[in-house]
Amino acid sequence: MSDDGPLLSVTDLSKYYGQHAGCLDVSFDLYPGEVLAIVGESGSGKTTLLNCISTQLEPTSGTVEYSMRDGRMANLFTMGEAERRFLMRTDWGFVHQHPADGLRMGVSAGANVGERLMAVGERHYGNIRSQASDWLERVEIAVGRIDDKPTQFSGGMRQRLQIARNLVTSPRLVFMDEPTGGLDVSVQARLLDLVRGLVADLGLSIIVVTHDLAVARLLSHRMMVMKSGRVIETGLTDQVLDDPREPYTQLLVSSILQV
Amino acid sequence: MASSNTNDGLMLSLETVSKSFTMHLRGGIELPVFQNVSFDIHKGECAVLSGPSGIGKSSILKMIYGNYRVETGEVRLRTDDDWIDLAAADPRTVIAIRQQTLGYISQFLRVIPRVGARQIVAEAAIAQGRDTDEAMADAEAMLDRLNLPRKLWELPPATFSGGEQQRVNIARGFIAHYPVLLLDEPTASLDAANASVVGDLVEEKKAAGVAMLGIFHDPDMRKRVGDRLIDVSQFAVTSTDDQAA
Repeated sequence: MSDDGPLLSVTDLSKYYGQHAGCLDVSFDLYPGEVLAIVGESGSGKTTLLNCISTQLEPTSGTVEYSMRDGRMANLFTMGEAERRFLMRTDWGFVHQHPADGLRMGVSAGANVGERLMAVGERHYGNIRSQASDWLERVEIAVGRIDDKPTQFSGGMRQRLQIARNLVTSPRLVFMDEPTGGLDVSVQARLLDLVRGLVADLGLSIIVVTHDLAVARLLSHRMMVMKSGRVIETGLTDQVLDDPREPYTQLLVSSILQV
Repeated sequence: MASSNTNDGLMLSLETVSKSFTMHLRGGIELPVFQNVSFDIHKGECAVLSGPSGIGKSSILKMIYGNYRVETGEVRLRTDDDWIDLAAADPRTVIAIRQQTLGYISQFLRVIPRVGARQIVAEAAIAQGRDTDEAMADAEAMLDRLNLPRKLWELPPATFSGGEQQRVNIARGFIAHYPVLLLDEPTASLDAANASVVGDLVEEKKAAGVAMLGIFHDPDMRKRVGDRLIDVSQFAVTSTDDQAA
């Protein structure tokens, strides 16, 4: 948390689907080591926003700038396709809600992790295999399962494998779309614990989309609340949750089930 | 007044702070809580917020820590040689200040799934840059002091009793070196022996020059550690005229 500049800077981002606005006039900065949660009900535009920022969708207007490893801020939508793809494969990770969207289901766990390494130029089979097994261990998948395919894994294991695949290239920014959606609570706790540890150890920046305010509270430093495509409230996570200001945020917070 | 650069040991200064809540789910009614909250806290003292329950003592601590937003006024905190207005600071600054400068110990522990008690305690010191092994050893010493049974150290505190969770929280708050510490009823559900340990810890922090602001319902504890009282009633916004009189 020094005076360094932002890692990512989003300005006036809008995405229209025909007449309908998916997200509207969104601006924010993300700093190194920060975890930002984007919350809101389904249809609020949070996934559209995430997909625009991560260049999976082209926004209708607005800019997204990213601090490259050499320190310059580059506009993601004006840089060349090759440079953008390289960025996505090396400096970024994307953890999908459904592991099948982020994994290659037909190849082994080891190959899923190794593939990202090959994309950044690693060619030595032994190195790839040893790094893959290191990461499997780190996400608590028994190394003995390295040659098994994800189809043979449980939902929680697949999600952890997806995280290993994304983190093996030491990205600086990871996007997560409902990473704990559809997992049992005990499996969810394990995943949250893993992500928390990775943030602390690796200084990762994360943008996580979730409708689960408890997940947001546990993982994030800052929070943006979205409704009808707009960011209606933003601030420190515990401030937004303890002292929600907007009617919609108050409704969301008051709807949380307490255990 | 707080803007003077004199080295008078002033650490925290609230100036004409006000707070109200707008309850949108209750037809948008506005609940004013208090206005013109102004006081100073200095190095090496423990000031105690007093007043009947429900008057907003905890709310004042939450406004200082940033859980509650501040509508008007300033919450000025000294960091190294700089003053920062927490009421206007961006989230990044507040997070950094919570890590290094401003601690908050409440009676409620926010448990983290799967993380053991010792780790939870040590994390506060590790975040300040303490070596992991040293922080772990310090955490053990602190938990020992607060009589948390060794067999619980590796367990996540979700299943602990209220008093056990509270001691984990206290250990976490006292292990770190925050120049300013907020205490929200740290002894609320502790037995006399453990409450007395907390009294010792507060006195040690005081001797180390830490500025503290606390809420203590237990009159003995208040007498033991409190240097002066700040009566919160004077800041309260009364809702009806008869109360205002």
